[in-house]
Amino acid sequence: MRLEGRNLGWRYPGGPLLFNGFSITLQPGETVGLIGPSGSGKTSLGRILAGYMKPIVGEVSALGRNKRESNYDPVQMIFQHPEHAVNPRWRMARTITEGWIPDAALLAALGIHEEWLQRYPNELSGGELQRCCIARALGPETKFLIADEMTTMLDAITQAQIWHTVQGIVRARQIGLLVISHDHALINKICNRTLKLNE
Amino acid sequence: MPLLEVSKLSISFIQYAKGSLQQKITIVEELDLAINEGEIVAVVGASGSGKSLLAHAIMGILPKNVSMTGSISYGGELLDEAKLKLYRGKEIALVPQSVSYLDPLMRVGEQLRTQADGAEQLKEREGLFARFQLGKHVERLFPFQLSGGMARKVLVSTAALQRSRLIIADEPTPGMHPADVAEALDSFKQLAEGGCAVLFITHDIEAAIRIADKVAVFYAGTAVELAPASDFQGNGERLRHPYSRALWRALPQNGFEPIAGTQPARRSDLQGCLFAERCRSAEEQCGNSRPEPREMRGGIVRCVNAT
Repeated sequence: MRLEGRNLGWRYPGGPLLFNGFSITLQPGETVGLIGPSGSGKTSLGRILAGYMKPIVGEVSALGRNKRESNYDPVQMIFQHPEHAVNPRWRMARTITEGWIPDAALLAALGIHEEWLQRYPNELSGGELQRCCIARALGPETKFLIADEMTTMLDAITQAQIWHTVQGIVRARQIGLLVISHDHALINKICNRTLKLNE
Repeated sequence: MPLLEVSKLSISFIQYAKGSLQQKITIVEELDLAINEGEIVAVVGASGSGKSLLAHAIMGILPKNVSMTGSISYGGELLDEAKLKLYRGKEIALVPQSVSYLDPLMRVGEQLRTQADGAEQLKEREGLFARFQLGKHVERLFPFQLSGGMARKVLVSTAALQRSRLIIADEPTPGMHPADVAEALDSFKQLAEGGCAVLFITHDIEAAIRIADKVAVFYAGTAVELAPASDFQGNGERLRHPYSRALWRALPQNGFEPIAGTQPARRSDLQGCLFAERCRSAEEQCGNSRPEPREMRGGIVRCVNAT
C-alpha cells in the first residue's frame, strides 16, 4: 500500500522537459521532503502524483485510487496558494465539507474559528484560508498527503502549530506525507528523507 | 524627518452579519510606524495581523467597505488621494503579495511595462530578469504558466526600480528558492543603499533580519514591538515582547515549539492587551487596558511587563 511514481516526465506544451525519469515511492506513515529550484516542476510533480494531471512519460500508481477516479481520492494535495484552490463564490462551510464533514475537534486543532465558516474566501487571510484547505483534505480516506509549500504564507507560530497537528494526524493514521518546500530548515525538521528535483 | 510616517492608523471593516445587521470588525488598531530614507523596516508577525492592510492603506487601495482613521504622511505631507495619484507606481511602488495581482489574460512582458516607463526602466527590468534567471521566454508567458517562485520574481521585478523612493514589498519571497530569495533581498538592499525606503512585509524572519535595520512585530493589528534586527538572535532573550519571543522560538531552526491559541478575532469588545490570553506572564492588569507603546533599549514595546 504505497504511492509510487515511475520514471515520470513532464513538460508544458512547447516547453522543455522539466524533469524526466524521476521515480518516487512514498510509504504509509513516512514524511518525505521534496526540494528543487523554482520552476523545476515540484508542483507539477505533486499534481501528477495527486492525479490532477497525467504524466507525459511514466506512470503513477496509488493503492485505493478508483480506476475512473470518481470517488474521494486517497492522495490529497494542499496547494501553495489557497485562494486559487477554493471556489470564491462559496462560503467556507461549503468548501470545507466538499469531500467529507470534518468534526469540531479537527477544526479546533487547526485553529479554525466557527465564524469563518459563514465567510467568503476573500474575507479570510491566506493563513486562515489554508487551514480550511487542510481540514478539507484530511478526510478519513486520505492515505497520502502532498503539502505544496503548505505553510509558506504563515507566521512561524501558526506554521509550527499546523505542522504539529498535521504530524499528529499523519502519525496516528499512518498517512504518507510529501512536503514540497524551499524552507530547508523546515524540511530538515520534519522529514525522514529528502528528494531533490533537478539539482 | 521620516519619509513615511504612519500614526494612529486604525482600519475597520463593515460586514453584514445577518440580514441588514452590520458588524464592525477592527483589523488594524492604533498603529504607528516610521521609515527613513535609505532604511529597511521589516514587518513580521501573525498571519492575518493586518500586515497587508497596512500596505494597502499606504497605497490607497483598501476595499470600499473599509473605514480608516489616523494619518499616513509621505515626505512630511499628508498622503491623500491626490498625492497618491501623483506618486503611486512611480515614486511609491508596491510588490503585491498574491500572484492573483497579475492580469491573467496578459503576457508577463506586457504587464511589466507601464506608461511611466522609459528605455532606462526597460533595461533595468531586463537586468533583473537576468539576475533572477527568468530568461527571455518568460516575458511571453501568461501568469498561469508561471510556477509560484517564478511569479514572485516577476512581481518583484515590477517594483524594484531605481526611480522608486518608497517600496512596499508585501511578502515578496515565499516559495522562492533560497538563491533567488538572496537575489531579491540583494536588490532591495541595493535600492536602500541608494536612498530608497523599503517597507518589507514578510513572515520570513530570517530574511527580515538579513536585510532590515529594524523589525516591527505585528500581532492582532498593532505593532507590539519595534526592535533592531540584531536583537533577533539566540533564544530571543534580547527581544522585548513575549509574542516576539514566541515567534522567534517557533522557527524550525529555533525549536519549532508553538505557543497555544490563536490571534483573537477582532471585535470592539476586547478591553485589555490583545496578547494577554496567550501570554504566560499575563497579570490581572493586562486584561484591563491596552498597553501604550513605550521606548525600551533602542526599541519600542507595547507590554507592561517588558524588560
